[in-house]
Amino acid sequence: MKPLGAIIFKDIVIEMRSKESISSMLMFGILVLIIFMFAFESSGLDKTVIGPGELWVAFSFAAILGLNRSLAMEIDNDCLQGLLLAPLGRGDLYLGKVASNFAFMTIAEFIVLPVFFILNNLSFDQRFLGIAGISMLGTLGIAAVGTILSTISANTRMKEVMLPILQIPLSVPVVIAAVEATSQILNNEKPEISAWLTILAGFSIVYLTVSYLVFEFAVEE
Amino acid sequence: MKTTRVLAILSIITMIPALYMIFLFAPTEATQGNTQRIFYIHVPLAVVGAYGSAILLFIGCLGFLITRDLKWDRFAACSAEMGVVFTAAQLLTAMMWAKPIWGTWYVFDSRGTLQIVLLLIYIAYFMLRSYLPDREKRAKLCAVFGLLGMVDVPINYLSIYLFRTQHPQPVISPGGGGVDPDMEKTLLMSFIAIALLYAYVFVRRLRIAKIEEEVDYLTQVSLAHD
Repeated sequence: MKPLGAIIFKDIVIEMRSKESISSMLMFGILVLIIFMFAFESSGLDKTVIGPGELWVAFSFAAILGLNRSLAMEIDNDCLQGLLLAPLGRGDLYLGKVASNFAFMTIAEFIVLPVFFILNNLSFDQRFLGIAGISMLGTLGIAAVGTILSTISANTRMKEVMLPILQIPLSVPVVIAAVEATSQILNNEKPEISAWLTILAGFSIVYLTVSYLVFEFAVEE
Repeated sequence: MKTTRVLAILSIITMIPALYMIFLFAPTEATQGNTQRIFYIHVPLAVVGAYGSAILLFIGCLGFLITRDLKWDRFAACSAEMGVVFTAAQLLTAMMWAKPIWGTWYVFDSRGTLQIVLLLIYIAYFMLRSYLPDREKRAKLCAVFGLLGMVDVPINYLSIYLFRTQHPQPVISPGGGGVDPDMEKTLLMSFIAIALLYAYVFVRRLRIAKIEEEVDYLTQVSLAHD
């Protein structure tokens, strides 16, 4: 547990000093929401129908931005070498990176989410808490698959371009399930929501396990 | 060489009766008419081509990570290539069927969408390969990505049953409605023909991949000597 905590602590200290990751995700997320507002405002479409899609486009694209930073930062200054030399398992290194990525994404999302509610004129009731919960579950899935994919893409010549190409197809089940669950909460229907939550949780568990096992292949020289 | 020749002959021998059965032997479906005949090509392409390649790619990636033998990397690369070709062909047949029956080329139903996602994963696998110049590193990172991508397939498949879908439900699976015995025979024949065709192209491609690698190696050696 201790090395894991050390990695998270290191990432938090770096983030507190540079403020690069959270601020860029935050700005990007809000910009996406505003662009969608321009696009759909005049059409008069129901907010609860297009809202979930808007929100998850903002979340998943902002997440890619943050993930790109997270590993590129380690590789640019050869910090990854240091991390690999540290006395901890490769799997623990992966879990530590997932935890810090997850934390930064969640912080950014919890600021974007109220903006989404305000822009779409929704009231802050139980639905807000429900969607916040789904965001955390979906973000865990995105962080689980995104952390290992950003390690892979950081090794290629086209780092920033490669990550979305690898990440978006793989995170489709998360996005579908999260959009469906969010829309059911926004519309106050809850009959099928448990199935979608199971998919979200199952996806995270599967990817955390598989990535934990294969992460050493992705980082070894 | 012998295997490829045997597979080539077998696939020709089975393809001719398969085509005969599809176009002349199978009864015309009552509501969809002749358009339904595309189903005999579409279903085997989906099962053998798209999902078969997914299983082969998974085996290839896992094989490489366990043994570190580059032959498994070639195996994975070839199966991904087969996946691109067969999944694209399968989507094409789906569109040809959907236009007269649904009145639109493409409907964003879950099964179709997930098939496109599978195609995108295969293509992403290739893009990743082309951006990694180092042979060993490429094999390792692509194996990791391929493994992660193929783990996605069953999760995708699961969400089909949850997402409301326009796709015709499987008629032959348990709980399906069942079909005319002649149609079943035609589908079976078409399955055999397409599976053999797939096997032939795959084995051929594997050999070519090996030769390509040897040529690459020789080029590098001769460049080093210059």
